[in-house]
Amino acid sequence: MKTENPIRGRSHVYGDDIDTDRIIPGKYTKTLELSQLAEHVLEDLDPEFRARVEVGDILVAGHNFGCGSSREQAPLALKAAGVGAVVAKSFARIFYRNAINIGLPAVEVPEHDIGTGAILNVRLTDGVVIDERSGKRFRATKMPEVMVDILQAGGLANYLKERGGYGPFSTEQNRTP
Amino acid sequence: MGQTIAEKIISRHAGATVQAGDIAVVDVDGTMATDATAPFAIRAFREMGGTGLWDPERVSLVLDHATPAPNERVGNLHRLMREFASETGCTLYDVGEGICHQLMVEKGHVRPGDIFLGADSHTPTYGALGAFAVGVGSTDMAAVMLTGKTWLKVPQTVRIELTGELQPGVEPKDIILFLVGKLGIAGATYEAIEFAGEAVDTLSLAGRMTLANMVAEMGAKAALVDTRTLPSSYPFTPTAADEDAAYRAVHTFEISGLRPQISLPHAPDKVVAIDSALGTEVQSAFIGSCTNGRLEDLHAAAAVLQDRHVAPGVRLTIAPASRQVFNAAVRDGTVAILSAAGASFITSGCGPCVGTHQGVPGDGEVVISSSNRNFRGRMGNPRASIYLASPTVVAAAALTGKIVDPAEVLAEQGSP
Ligand code: SF4
Repeated sequence: MKTENPIRGRSHVYGDDIDTDRIIPGKYTKTLELSQLAEHVLEDLDPEFRARVEVGDILVAGHNFGCGSSREQAPLALKAAGVGAVVAKSFARIFYRNAINIGLPAVEVPEHDIGTGAILNVRLTDGVVIDERSGKRFRATKMPEVMVDILQAGGLANYLKERGGYGPFSTEQNRTP
Repeated sequence: MGQTIAEKIISRHAGATVQAGDIAVVDVDGTMATDATAPFAIRAFREMGGTGLWDPERVSLVLDHATPAPNERVGNLHRLMREFASETGCTLYDVGEGICHQLMVEKGHVRPGDIFLGADSHTPTYGALGAFAVGVGSTDMAAVMLTGKTWLKVPQTVRIELTGELQPGVEPKDIILFLVGKLGIAGATYEAIEFAGEAVDTLSLAGRMTLANMVAEMGAKAALVDTRTLPSSYPFTPTAADEDAAYRAVHTFEISGLRPQISLPHAPDKVVAIDSALGTEVQSAFIGSCTNGRLEDLHAAAAVLQDRHVAPGVRLTIAPASRQVFNAAVRDGTVAILSAAGASFITSGCGPCVGTHQGVPGDGEVVISSSNRNFRGRMGNPRASIYLASPTVVAAAALTGKIVDPAEVLAEQGSP
């Protein structure tokens, strides 16, 4: 499934340092059933979330979202619960990669004051998140090209399948200034 | 301009000279997944159209997170891994062989200067060997199984110089807890950490693994412990940073005055010197994990508990990091000492560390653990509290039922 762009949805806002155990407790991760992951998403952080979330909603957080374990079940649980994108001031490294790899847009917005219940418009290619009611625009950090490509393919599995590998790759072209 | 260790290793594997901030596609020397991550990796591998592995000799699957299987669901995931291994010819470490990170080092799956991708967040542990070892998720690992390559962003490096000498009763775990407290849970996000200095030079491989292990608790991508003084059973060429390498930051810490450290609930970076946690009552004590489940950790516990018994009302659970560790501890009498002291030995593996099956605390209970994470709910119950400490401090707490200065109990142990 290709990732849509832009993404539009209602916000659910949480704080800093939300770790993977709070996104999906380790005891529920031993399954390949996505619905079972979705059932327990954010259980220890906000037991009501599961009942409130609607397909396409956007999770908004502060710094270091997804710190802790390497469990891909964390972004998978969010995606399976219907979350359309995660917007955070910063992400823990593995969560960020995992989210992109499974096709869940993770958008780093270093500064924002988004409140719960806002209608957000996330424009991946423009690198901007718009709060539709207030009209405020928040700048997103530019993603490396390879990540945008992976996200646009719908995840790493599709990306590799479509290209038959990483293909020719130029370090020079991906050099940051 | 000079290069950091990470820049040198990545350059070698990218076939181009890289610097921090570059994105590179690199050849990977080895990869690994556990029963927590392999099932999704196998699924992603199939989604990629994968049938054969890029190189079966460089792929390992380890059953360690929920072992032996606590229920049929996990039993079936384990079965899936066994079938995949026999189909593809990769290495499988079955139930009881040990924790993935211990096995990768112990069985020689990773070498100094390698790039290794492990589907587990504590993969930077192999930085003890000077490998650029990174934790990834299942899909990234699947891509390595298929292609033998990965893409990565060359990280900036933080250099940590450690001078001085540890006091008796103070361990490598205390150094790393102290550093996690200083730098914070996001203190090195996306970055590599180089460890060097005279206090590192004297560390054993086990101590270096403890140090490298917990860079994950600072958000770091990799640890690179100076290998010029690494005790090793085989010859290798150490990779050293250039004199003029560019660092994001250089920190120097003198550790001679370091007190035992404690990480308070519910975040690994809430670290204090033991003095401000003295007297905290505990009901459960755990020694094990990829941080501190090795032979010298069991020896440290035995030094506290020899000819003594854990306090009434306290459970002491020990999960040796591997079967090899356990067998060595059986042979040298350590297991007998600890068992006589009231410890329960469980299967070599992650055990209670990750809260999926064993040793789950009750509501309101306090656990002291030699592992690396104390997030709320980590050990399976969000209403319990977890304190992190060295094996010596954990053993002393098990002995007395509360957090005490291990120097005191060790002094009594020494007197006739
Ligand atoms: S011992 Fe704990 S931290 Fe280490 S790999 Fe196992 S679950 Fe992870």
